[in-house]
Amino acid sequence: MLLINAGELDPENSPVGCEPEDWMRFDKEITDSGVVVASESLADLVTATRVQVANDGKRTVTDGPFAETREVLGGFYVIDVPDLDVALEWAAKCPGSRGGGSVDVRPVAEFPGA
Amino acid sequence: MDHVEAVFREERGRLLAALARRFGDLDLAEEVTSEAIEAALTRWPVDGVPPNPGGWLMTTARRKAVDRLRRDQVYAAKLAILQVEADRSAPQAAGDELPDERLQLFFTCTHPALAPEDRGALTLRCLAGLTTPEVARAFLVPTATMAKRIVRAKKKIREARIPFRVPGPDELPERLPGVLQVIYSVFTEGYAASSGPYLQRLDLAEEAIRLARILHRLLPDAREATGLLALMLLIHARRDARSGPDGDIVLLEDQDRSRWDQAMIAEGRDLVVTALTGGPAGPYAVQAAINAVHDEAADFAGTDWPQIVQLYDVLLELDPSPVIALNRAAAIALRDGPEAGLALLDELAAEPVLRDYHPFALARADLLQRLGRVPEAISAYDHALTLAGSEPEREHVRRRLAVLNASR
Repeated sequence: MLLINAGELDPENSPVGCEPEDWMRFDKEITDSGVVVASESLADLVTATRVQVANDGKRTVTDGPFAETREVLGGFYVIDVPDLDVALEWAAKCPGSRGGGSVDVRPVAEFPGA
Repeated sequence: MDHVEAVFREERGRLLAALARRFGDLDLAEEVTSEAIEAALTRWPVDGVPPNPGGWLMTTARRKAVDRLRRDQVYAAKLAILQVEADRSAPQAAGDELPDERLQLFFTCTHPALAPEDRGALTLRCLAGLTTPEVARAFLVPTATMAKRIVRAKKKIREARIPFRVPGPDELPERLPGVLQVIYSVFTEGYAASSGPYLQRLDLAEEAIRLARILHRLLPDAREATGLLALMLLIHARRDARSGPDGDIVLLEDQDRSRWDQAMIAEGRDLVVTALTGGPAGPYAVQAAINAVHDEAADFAGTDWPQIVQLYDVLLELDPSPVIALNRAAAIALRDGPEAGLALLDELAAEPVLRDYHPFALARADLLQRLGRVPEAISAYDHALTLAGSEPEREHVRRRLAVLNASR
């Protein structure tokens, strides 16, 4: 899974350093290659809501998650590739890895019998 | 028996690499490698050494791996695929020559996705064949801590699917420095232990040279791998002269040069020539050239300082680090006098890397002493004393302080 963390944002809340065309080009390239299992781009952070359930079962719903860190999850790709090096190559091509942004690569866990 | 152990040590890395590549699982590869070697230690004295020891070990280890996989439910599905693969690519019938897959293992153990401190540990464990307690001793951490680190790193390799592969030609320039860096950091820890009672840890330095030899053999055209091997040989050639009878430091200028290892110097010099030919030289090759110039001088005063300064100029271009600037300043002090050197050091004093760097403090103290600025030199030595890592380093500073105080 490629988790895309947005870097710096300009006053209009769009990422600095890459244009929509870069994203469209990347999305076409990775989709055409056939490795994509799923992908979504997430809506603006102000629309996010956080749910926590305490030990006593009480549910807390808050506005958030707050962007206390500079990194904000902006979207993801789930891809099916043979190894980490191939995943890293796609991550490096992703426009989200530039302009102060970053892409975290996480393997999807495999469970026996699944 | 030493000979047999050396054979196993050599074979262990090759076996492990081949099995890790085949099964994609470092743990499994390690277990069956050890089991195959154990089997050889009981069988060979009775049955005699087989004509193709490497092939025998490989067949035994593979059989044990398949047995294990069969017993393990989680691996049941994998097993089917592996058997097909093993049948297809079985090199057994091809004769004595097994493919050497250690190069793949080098790149796996030093993969940038692993924590930097784990890369050296894995390399020593898997490629040098050191036991976990030996690796722990090498990095001066408790065995339990090291065992945990190795387990975590292997888990990362397995679960993040760090591949067992040699990077392609376009990636190699990016990845090779990481491999060389790991080997060199093992060597430098051996050359000047960062703490503890001993100045040098020859076992570590020799292990690093052994790894560099393997890498150089596997990548004969990689000039920086050649340069690194040359560099380590040219430094290690001076090992016997670097410490006195009580384990104290003997500086380059006071070393008994007849105790330098001339065979090692000759080998290093041949390698450095190769590393410097056919294109722009890399930083290891240039550092090797600097050490070759030192090793060629009949005595300290006869060292070709202008050439050493020139080489440091080249090196500083390639790697503009404060530590290299410090070494260049020291060479300029020897070419042009202590005043010129001290002026350069004062320019570097604000560098954060150098502020608490023992060799910087020591170099400054030494130049002040040479200029006869005794009170300043004493306070500079006092500062150096607080930064020294190993006991011989501290003792060296204390002795110089004693001489200075006596001269007042």
